[in-house]
Amino acid sequence: MEVSRDEIKHIAKLANLNLAEEEVDTYLLHLQDILNFANIVNNAPVEGLEETIGANDNYNVFRKDEIKNFGERELLLQNAPEQEEGMFRIPKVI
Amino acid sequence: MEITELTVHELKEKLNKKELTVTEITKAYIDRINEKEKDVQAFVTTLTDEALEKAKTIEEDKKTGKIQNELAGIPIGIKDNMCTKGVKTTCSSKMLENFVSPYDATVVEKVNNENLINLGKLNMDEFAMGASTEYSYFKKTKNPWNLNKVPGGSSGGSAAAVAANMVPWALGSDTGGSIRQPSAFCGVVGLKPTYGLVSRYGLVAFASSLDQIGPITKDVEDSAILLNIIAGHDEKDTTSIKTEKKDYTKCLKNDVKGLKIGIPKEYFGEGINAEVKQELEKAIKKYEELGAVVEEFSLDIAEYALATYYIIACAEASSNLGRFDGIRYGYRTKNYSNLKDIYRNSRSEGFGAEVKRRIILGTYVLSSGYYDAYYKKAQQVRTLVKKEFAKAFEKYDIILTPTSPTVAFDLNARSSNPLEMYLADICTVSVNIAGLPGISIPCGVDSEGMPIGMQLIGNYFEEEKILNAAYTFEKAINFREKYKPEYKK
Repeated sequence: MEVSRDEIKHIAKLANLNLAEEEVDTYLLHLQDILNFANIVNNAPVEGLEETIGANDNYNVFRKDEIKNFGERELLLQNAPEQEEGMFRIPKVI
Repeated sequence: MEITELTVHELKEKLNKKELTVTEITKAYIDRINEKEKDVQAFVTTLTDEALEKAKTIEEDKKTGKIQNELAGIPIGIKDNMCTKGVKTTCSSKMLENFVSPYDATVVEKVNNENLINLGKLNMDEFAMGASTEYSYFKKTKNPWNLNKVPGGSSGGSAAAVAANMVPWALGSDTGGSIRQPSAFCGVVGLKPTYGLVSRYGLVAFASSLDQIGPITKDVEDSAILLNIIAGHDEKDTTSIKTEKKDYTKCLKNDVKGLKIGIPKEYFGEGINAEVKQELEKAIKKYEELGAVVEEFSLDIAEYALATYYIIACAEASSNLGRFDGIRYGYRTKNYSNLKDIYRNSRSEGFGAEVKRRIILGTYVLSSGYYDAYYKKAQQVRTLVKKEFAKAFEKYDIILTPTSPTVAFDLNARSSNPLEMYLADICTVSVNIAGLPGISIPCGVDSEGMPIGMQLIGNYFEEEKILNAAYTFEKAINFREKYKPEYKK
């Protein structure tokens, strides 16, 4: 499948990534290369086969919904680029 | 023999007989790290001072009887994508350069419960995406056998550190070969357990349906010992499986008589280096001499599996790495005026080129219009791969292949050609696609003295069979006695 410049820009936008104009060309080249290779999945004899979602058959693993306190609130917040009064600080949204 | 050349089971014995103390062992490793790190560049973070402190405490506690377990005081290295409370976990990425986890990964908790001493966090390809450790944001780890060559990846720091005796053993993670391939390149033993045997809680996710943590060790017995420590169900990982507790060292019988080994002929065809093939053929003969029943068969899935792997792994990565947004942890751009800018600029500045490439590929194959052609097809191929393996395991106990089609390649040889780099994983990815266990052990060297790895694949939760087969082979060829890393410059 042929990927266009516009398409790759659109995909980058969906992925929340900026691509500079010169980067677009490199990514386009690599993506096209990889997709050409990946296309062989379309030759695989998979008629009628189900899709495998995970490596094992675990399905809906339940446990009791109990509250467990995580005692390291401070440590969590220390990783925040900006925080204020125990909350994550972000620019004004509204 | 130098302390750092000993395996863990040998260290354990010497500790038991009081021929060595915990502090002596730790000091020997610290000296070794100080000597070799400038050449090998295996660590992102070293914890040498902390390790020495801990060694002293453990030694005291052993004297008073407070600590009784036999492995207490043995050092270890941990790949830098497993969370360690109070110590940086960077994933070798600018994105997590300053990230300090507020909790321990389950495997780290288990290692701590055994009172192993963490010597540091080991280098890797950024977010485990790569086959050479060249995609690390911080440094390029070198192969101890030849410093101009890559150690493989993504657990290249772990494998190189074990090979260079800078740690006695290490934890790695394997999404498409990231334990086995660097182990093959560095001449050490790497085990990827069955998906679900080891908890992934606290392992920074790359592709959740493929990732698995496992041991990288000097020999097979150590691999079994470390697997004993890390295996087991964990309610914090819903994909971990409830299995009975096993002692994996009990299966090491040094006997493969009657063991049925399948050789998939497609893994020995085009694209496999002639010397690699030659050594593998010698290994197969050795197994026959040892009494195993060897048979060639057809397992024509390698190329499909590799394509499928890159579709599924990138799709899952694009979703998993969505969490890095510059808000709660990780890198935040300085350049923003609104929330959208924070997301976009933080991600663009924080991720390296390969990570972005995979996010873009993953986003593409999941986007509407292409989902059916790529992702859905890949999930169907996954079923095909599982079925083909299931068929093979009706006839054979284990499957034998090369770990990698080549030995370690030169630094910078493939880093600018992603597809060529991806081909390094062709022998290993199908094991992750199916969720099976696989082990890589050294089986010889090429004409330049670079190690060659052999992969043994087992059926689900049959780690014992591949461990015993690997152990028996190891005893027969004595690789570690014949060959040693030479640090060629």
